[in-house]
Amino acid sequence: MTAELTRGQNHPLPGARLEIRVSAGTPVVAGATLGDEDGTVHGVAQVAHPGAPTLPGLEVSRQAAADHRLAVDLDAVPDAVHRVSVLLALPTGGRGPARFGAVAAPFVAVTGLDGAEVASYTITGLEAESAVVALELYRRQGAWKVRAVGQGYAGGLAELFADQQLPQAHQLAGSIHEAVASGLARSVPAPPAAAPAHRPDQGTAPRTGTGGSVPPASSPYDSQGAPGSGPGPQGPGAPGQHGAQQPYPGGPGEPATAGQPAAPGGDGPIDYSHPRRQTAAPPPPPPAAAPAEPGRPARPVAGDATGWSMEERLYNQVWGMFEDLARTTAAYRSAVDFADSRMEKELDQVLSDPRNRIGGQGDAAREAARARHGELVSQAREVLDRDVAQLVAEAEVVEPALPAAFARWDNPVWHAYRVPMEIPMALRLGDLHLPEADRIRIPMLIRLPLERGLWIDSGRSASLDGSFADSHEMRRLGLETAVAHAARLLAVYPPGEFTVHVIDPAGSGAQALAPLVHSGVLAAPPAQGAAGATEVLSRLTERVDLVQMALRGGAPDALPPGLDTSHQLLIVNDFPHGFDDRAVNQLRYLADEGPAVGVHLMMVADREESSGFGPLLDPLWRSLLRLTPVAEDHLADPWVGHAWTYEPPLVPPGSQVLQQVLAQVAAARRSWDR
Amino acid sequence: MTVNMTKGQAISLQKSDGGTLTSVRMGLGWQAAPRRGLFGSRTREIDLDASAVLFADKQPVDVVFFRHLVSDDGSVRHTGDNLVGGVGQGGDDEAILVDLQRVPVHIDQIVFTVNSFTGQTFQEVQNAFCRLVDETNGQELARYTLAGGGAFTAQIMAKVHRAGQGWAMTAIGTPANGRTFQDLMPAILPVL
Repeated sequence: MTAELTRGQNHPLPGARLEIRVSAGTPVVAGATLGDEDGTVHGVAQVAHPGAPTLPGLEVSRQAAADHRLAVDLDAVPDAVHRVSVLLALPTGGRGPARFGAVAAPFVAVTGLDGAEVASYTITGLEAESAVVALELYRRQGAWKVRAVGQGYAGGLAELFADQQLPQAHQLAGSIHEAVASGLARSVPAPPAAAPAHRPDQGTAPRTGTGGSVPPASSPYDSQGAPGSGPGPQGPGAPGQHGAQQPYPGGPGEPATAGQPAAPGGDGPIDYSHPRRQTAAPPPPPPAAAPAEPGRPARPVAGDATGWSMEERLYNQVWGMFEDLARTTAAYRSAVDFADSRMEKELDQVLSDPRNRIGGQGDAAREAARARHGELVSQAREVLDRDVAQLVAEAEVVEPALPAAFARWDNPVWHAYRVPMEIPMALRLGDLHLPEADRIRIPMLIRLPLERGLWIDSGRSASLDGSFADSHEMRRLGLETAVAHAARLLAVYPPGEFTVHVIDPAGSGAQALAPLVHSGVLAAPPAQGAAGATEVLSRLTERVDLVQMALRGGAPDALPPGLDTSHQLLIVNDFPHGFDDRAVNQLRYLADEGPAVGVHLMMVADREESSGFGPLLDPLWRSLLRLTPVAEDHLADPWVGHAWTYEPPLVPPGSQVLQQVLAQVAAARRSWDR
Repeated sequence: MTVNMTKGQAISLQKSDGGTLTSVRMGLGWQAAPRRGLFGSRTREIDLDASAVLFADKQPVDVVFFRHLVSDDGSVRHTGDNLVGGVGQGGDDEAILVDLQRVPVHIDQIVFTVNSFTGQTFQEVQNAFCRLVDETNGQELARYTLAGGGAFTAQIMAKVHRAGQGWAMTAIGTPANGRTFQDLMPAILPVL
C-alpha cells in the first residue's frame, strides 16, 4: 500500500533495505547527507554525491539523470547518524533548466527491494529553487521513518549544505557539479529523438504513484547495488564494484536518459521535433490507431495494415480502402436497386387492383410506396455517407504519407525526389473513384515489375464532362499521359535498371515526347520511319528470345556479355501507322512474352484505327491494361466489378516537377553509366 | 452465458448491457461418426458446407458459400471451406462472420444452412453444432445442437433477422435435402 505523502507528513518504514526512486522530467543530481540528531552534517565525508557515490549503507548515482534509484541499507548506517536527507539538485552550467519551477514536479518514492512502493511524494510548489531536500529518513525510538520535506534552496546545493551546517558547503557544491559535468562528458551523447514516445509521460505518470516509469526489478542495479552496500567496507574513496557503474544510471531498463534529446553536454544533432507532438506513425512498429472515443469510429492512421515495411503497409492499406469502398458502394447500390424494384412492384399492384381506380385510395397507396422507397434509400445513403466519411478521413492521412511511387505528382514528396536505390513494390498509375463517393480518390497501385503492358487509348471517347475531344487532341493527350507514366517508371527504378525506347514512326509526337528527349533519359532518340521501328523491334525481340532461351535452358549465365539486363519499356506512338504485318507480329510477341523477361510495352493507339488488321490484334489489346488520357469509367474492381472512373496521373498545369525529376534521373543515369 | 437453443426458439441479440452487437460469428462444427463393423477404422470423410443466404423482403439478394466467400457488400464473410470436419476438437470447422453494422439496410434476414456436400446423411455425423459467437469478445451467445441426426442431407440452422433497431436470432433446425444451398431454397422460403 502506497502512502502518498504531503509536505511534512511522515510514514513508518517496513525494513532497513530500501530503494528511493526519483523521477524528474529533466536530469537532476541526486545525493544524500548523513546528519546527527540535530541534522548537522559533520564534514564532506558524510555526503553521498556523484563525486563520491557510496557511503556506508547508502549509494547514489554518479550521474545526473531524469530517473534515479538510490540504494539504502539503514542497518549499515553508522549509529551516530540519525537523519538521512535525500536531496536533488539541477546541474549547473549546462543547457538544462536552472530552476525547479521550470520543470515538471519531481517525484520520489521509497520502495522495498521487491519494488513495492512504501511511500511516495511529489515535490510541488517549487519555483526559483535549484536544490531541494526531498525526503528525510530519520530514527525515531529505534525505528526508521520517512518524512516528506520538500525544502528548496534558491541558492542551490551550497545553500542547502550550509543549512545543514556543513563547513565546506561551497567547495562541496562546486565539486559535485564538477563531477556531474565530467560524468556527462564521459557518457555517450543521448541519441536525438530516441524513444520520443516516453517523453510526455515523464512529468505526469509518476505523479499517479503507479510507477509508470519504473525500470524492471531485474535491472543490474538491483542485483548488485542494494545488497552489496550492506557490509559497507567501502569508504567514500573506495568505490569498489560500484565504481564500475554504467554510464547510464539505470542501465538499459531506463529509457529516460536516452530519451533526453537536449541532454547538456550531448553534442549530437539538435532535435527539432516538438517535445509533445509526435508523428502519427513511427515506421518500425505498425502504427496503431489511437483509441476511439466511445461511439465513434477510430481515427485512421497511415500505415494501419499488415506488412514488413511501411511501404508494404501503405500498399495494403490502399488496397484495403479500395476493397472497402467497392463493397460499401455495393451495399448501397443493392439497397437502392431493391428499393427501386420493390416500389415498382408495389406501384404495379396498385395499378392492377381495380378498386384503386376510383377515389383517392390508389394515390395514397402510390404515395406510401414512394415513401417506403425514399426511406430505404435515405437509410442506405446514411450508411454510405458514414463509411465514405471514414474512408475520406483515412485517405487524408494516407495520401501525405505515401512514398513517391505511390504519390500523385502534386504530392510534395516528388519535390523532394531522390533517385531510389531499390525498385518500389508498386506504382501509382492513376486515381480511381466512384460516382457515389466523389470525395474520395483511391490510388491505383499496380505491382512492379509490370505484369502486363499498358495501352494508352488515344481513341475518341466520351469524356465524363460531356465534351468530345477531337482525335488529334486525343492523340496528343494520349502521348502526354504515356510520357507521364514513363517518367514515373523511370523515376522509381534505380538508375540503370530501366531503359525506355520510343517508336514514333511519323515523328508526330515530338512535342509531347520533349520532356523525355530533352532530359536525356532515353536510351536513344525516338525511332522514326518504318526502318527505325523495325530496328528497335527486332532488337527487343532478340533480347526477349535470348533471355527466354537462357532462362528455359537454366543457363542465365550464358547470356552474351553486352546484353543490357535492365527492364525495358517500349513506347509505341501512333500505332498502327508505319507498321507492317511483321512488325505487328513482333509487337504481339513482345506483349505476350516480354513481361516475363522484363520487356514492357506501352502502346499509344486508337483501337479503331487498327481495325484494318482484323481480329488479329484482338489478343494484343486484351493482353494490355487499358488506360485513358481523360477520366473514364472503364476499370472494374476485382471484388464486385463496379465500373470505376480512372483518372490519369497528370502533372499539375504549370508545374515543373516532371522536368525536375527527369533531370535528376538523367544525372543519376549519367553517373551510373560512367 | 450461453443459451442452449431448441428448435424454433428466438433470442434477441441485444447485449445484456443494452448495447447492440456489432459483429457475430456463426460457427459450424462436426465430426464424422465412427463406423461400426469390419474395417471400422476406415472413417469416411464428410464435407459439410455452411452457407448464409441474405434476404431482402423474402427475396434472396446475395449468398455466401464456399464459392462466394464474401458477400458483395463485404458484411458477410465465410472463412473458407473445410472438407473433412473436425477431428474431435469441438471447435468451429467452418465459420461465417457477419458484420451486423455493415449489412445493407435492405437485408432483413440472414439464413444459415448446412449441407452435406459429399451426400452422407446426418446419421453419419456426430456432434454437429451451430453456434453464434460475439466476435468482439469471443463470447458464445447461443448454441444449437443438431440433435438426433436423421436421414437427410441438409439442415436450415438458424436465421439472424432485424428486430426493431437491433438483430435477433431464431433457431430453425428444419431438415431438408440438397447438395448446396440452391437445393434448399424451397425449404428456406417457408421459414422466413
